Amino acid sequence: MDELDRAIINRLQGGFPLCARPFAAAAAELGTDEATLIARVRALLEDGTLTRFGPLFDAERLGGAFTLCAMRVPDQDFERVAAQVNAHPEVAHNYQRDHAFNMWFVLATQRREDIARVMDAIELETGLVVYDFPREAEYFIELRLAA
Amino acid sequence: MSKASLDERLVRATQAGLPLVTEPYAALAATLGVSEAQVIERFEAMLADRRVRRIGAVPNHYALGYTANGMSVWDVDDAEVDALGPRVGALPFVSHCYRRPRRLPEWPYNLFAMVHARSREAVEAKLAEIRALLGQALRAHDVLYSTRILKKTGLRLG
Repeated sequence: MDELDRAIINRLQGGFPLCARPFAAAAAELGTDEATLIARVRALLEDGTLTRFGPLFDAERLGGAFTLCAMRVPDQDFERVAAQVNAHPEVAHNYQRDHAFNMWFVLATQRREDIARVMDAIELETGLVVYDFPREAEYFIELRLAA
Repeated sequence: MSKASLDERLVRATQAGLPLVTEPYAALAATLGVSEAQVIERFEAMLADRRVRRIGAVPNHYALGYTANGMSVWDVDDAEVDALGPRVGALPFVSHCYRRPRRLPEWPYNLFAMVHARSREAVEAKLAEIRALLGQALRAHDVLYSTRILKKTGLRLG
């Protein structure tokens, strides 16, 4: 990664222009040219430095229902419970964390009422309580990772 | 012709990213059978109502060395959390800063802030900054590090 790659990552995490030739406009800001910028973005995607280049959507604002759930899973049951939870297609991601609340997952459904249905099903299957933590307010500005 | 709105079709067409060509919006427009001006106008509208957070590069945390990601959780006075939350969210190392309900007695925390850094020591230093910012409004806090990704399918949009 050289200085131009760093500049692309540091200065293009938002504000990509909405105009006919956005790479040309952004390249001018970065002191390079359109073809170079396109090639660099492609290379950063290919080597995994960038996961995507384009619009970052707010899934919740696009519609559907979401919540963050957590469970306190006894160590000896952890793998079984992880398999039971992950089997639900509504479980978008699931992380193990080092805490008494050791399993954290996001539920994403088309309809609000489906959230409770999936939580009930997981409680029934696992025999454990599912705690839900819906977002009540968003204080998130924007993450800008420095390269 | 699909009954989906142009916005829904744009979301689907760009979930994997913008076309890496000199005129990406014109390329999208050609795929969707609309004009370039319509594509630009719809993205402007989705940015305005925040269905699109931003347009640009989405870095991979791990590739940039941000391997320590702590979910910090804070029990903050209800009367002050809405004033202090945006200040925590504005810190450069914080993403996904939300107020969520407590689940008493097991879970006393109402403010969640994801902290990203290159080591756990660096995360701890950043937690000290948040602690100082919250001051007297803070009653208790904790940090939960992820130890394993059990599932990561991403959200299916559109």
